[in-house]
Amino acid sequence: MSRISEKFKGLRENNKKALIAYITAGDPTLPLTEKLVYALLKSGADIIELGIPFSDPLADGPIIQASHQRALKKNVSLADVFALVKKIRNKTEIPLIFMLSYNLMFRYGTQKFFKDAQEFGLDGVIVPDLPPDEWTPVKRSAVPIDMIFLAAPTSTSERLELISDASKGFIYLVSLTGITGKRATVSNAAFSLVEKMRKITDKPLAVGFGISGPKQAKAVVQYADGVIVGSAIVDIIARNPKAPAPKVGKFVASLRRAIDSVK
Amino acid sequence: MTNLSGLPDSKGHFGEFGGRFVPETIIPALTELTKAYLHAKEDPSFQEELTYYLENYAGRPTPLYFAKRLTEHLKGPKIYLKREDLAHTGAHKINNTLGQCLLAKKMGKNRIIAETGAGQHGVATATAAALLGQECVVYMGAEDVRRQALNVFRMELLGTKVVPVTSGSKTLKDAINETMRDWITNVETTFYCLGSCMGPHPYPMMVRDFQSVIGKEAKGQILNFESRLPDYLVACVGGGSNAIGLFHPFLDDSEVKMIGVEAAGLGLATKENCATLEKGTPGVLHGSLSYLLQSKTGQVSSTHSISAGLDYPGVGPEHSYLKETKRAEYVSVTDKEALEAFHLLTRLEGIMPALESSHALAYLKKLAPKLDPTQIVVVCLSGRGDKDIEILRETA
Repeated sequence: MSRISEKFKGLRENNKKALIAYITAGDPTLPLTEKLVYALLKSGADIIELGIPFSDPLADGPIIQASHQRALKKNVSLADVFALVKKIRNKTEIPLIFMLSYNLMFRYGTQKFFKDAQEFGLDGVIVPDLPPDEWTPVKRSAVPIDMIFLAAPTSTSERLELISDASKGFIYLVSLTGITGKRATVSNAAFSLVEKMRKITDKPLAVGFGISGPKQAKAVVQYADGVIVGSAIVDIIARNPKAPAPKVGKFVASLRRAIDSVK
Repeated sequence: MTNLSGLPDSKGHFGEFGGRFVPETIIPALTELTKAYLHAKEDPSFQEELTYYLENYAGRPTPLYFAKRLTEHLKGPKIYLKREDLAHTGAHKINNTLGQCLLAKKMGKNRIIAETGAGQHGVATATAAALLGQECVVYMGAEDVRRQALNVFRMELLGTKVVPVTSGSKTLKDAINETMRDWITNVETTFYCLGSCMGPHPYPMMVRDFQSVIGKEAKGQILNFESRLPDYLVACVGGGSNAIGLFHPFLDDSEVKMIGVEAAGLGLATKENCATLEKGTPGVLHGSLSYLLQSKTGQVSSTHSISAGLDYPGVGPEHSYLKETKRAEYVSVTDKEALEAFHLLTRLEGIMPALESSHALAYLKKLAPKLDPTQIVVVCLSGRGDKDIEILRETA
């Protein structure tokens, strides 16, 4: 069983929900990304998503776009982030996921990507611009880590089945029809998407996009198995580039408390 | 050679190229669009309406003009120009925007969005939207808004909202990103009118089909003049829509050679070019797998060309396929060579070509000496040069 599946199993047994935290690798620098990972872990994150910076992130709003630009100014590459994973893996067993545009994986070499992922201790990968329809380069059974696909409020039931079949670890449910970024409230679409998905699968369901604070996180875990928070954390990093860890830690701890308050 | 014109397959693949590499949110919309387009393609009333507008509104068929003085000057083959510069709004772009905006109307989507680089596709979309009474929003890189102020004003006169894009390199590539993000957000009410034969399936196929009117007309016209098919077709390639429009109806005529001319900018030895098919490597950008100018680690390169319409790091996937299968050949010419060709055609024929089309013309200087006077070349004169007057003044 993968670290991600074990994590969800453990949480389920303890009647708890998953907090998945996103940061962009290399924003503001790779050493600070490492520090941030430990701060996220200490503040109660269950799974960490590392965004790999790309020049043209299609599914991202202005906050995450800007973080990619900052990381690219430091010339952070996929290989650098794999090296960071190796380093982090020596210190903690927390599940680590990459979120990256398909071109970065394609250019790195899909086979090499998965070989390195396994060797360095990466647990899962989310490729927002790679729908399962195009997922043919490697035999699915031969992929050594969890592939996590996204489902959207616009997905038809036929597509939800395809996405569910292809996903391992958990399924990423996009809460709204739109791109990443902070929003004032969680769209109702998230609830109905979870309901539809529950009829198809018993795989863990995590909701992301637009989850900006404790109140929204709490609302989402009433019905989902986990919540993914990205832009709100990246925004704090952008505002505290010299020493982002303390403020990020405080924010993530507040998310943890809100999530755990749901019984 | 097997049925090249029968592609893409049902998933939008041209060999290994093409496909649909976009966020899940818009996949259902692309499926719906594919269905609606394939239906419209076979629907006589849709085709009749489109033909009506192409003929009575856009001014089709455009002439195929024998450029006698250019032919004499180059001392090689007979050169014919397919005069897309004479189409309404001054370029081939209108063929596609009329098709897509009519399709949007059929689909009941009244909000049209589009990207534009130099503003030609933006103006053509704004024009079709005005004609059909649709709301229109055009995304344009802030840098291009500054460089192409006149086209911005034209779009605004047509009732379109122009949104400057300040992310990334602030040019066409970023305008496409932003249009896609708008579409991801407003997909239920909005139709994305994409300007070239690129992007996710069905766009490369649909844009090609709408632009194929260029090649279909040219084929009938040259048979009428010469009673035979041409030896060469030459067209400029940025995204590649005028080129694929000219090439496609000839794909199965193996005796017709095809040459796509990309922008070498300041030269292929520099990074200041956008010769995607010559210098790029396969990659995924804006929804399809195709050749791409990118770094070793997969970051998309910034590009340069004197011609804004060619200044793009990607290319339509069907061109990548035609390159791989060697059905078409892709070459490049520099800013300087394109400018020379602009002046040559202007002085010899009294036709000011767009700087994009000037790239195709510039290649004739290299091609003509290898051919003899019995041979025939058809060049796509994709647009007129009025929009480039400022740049020409600066370089004069």
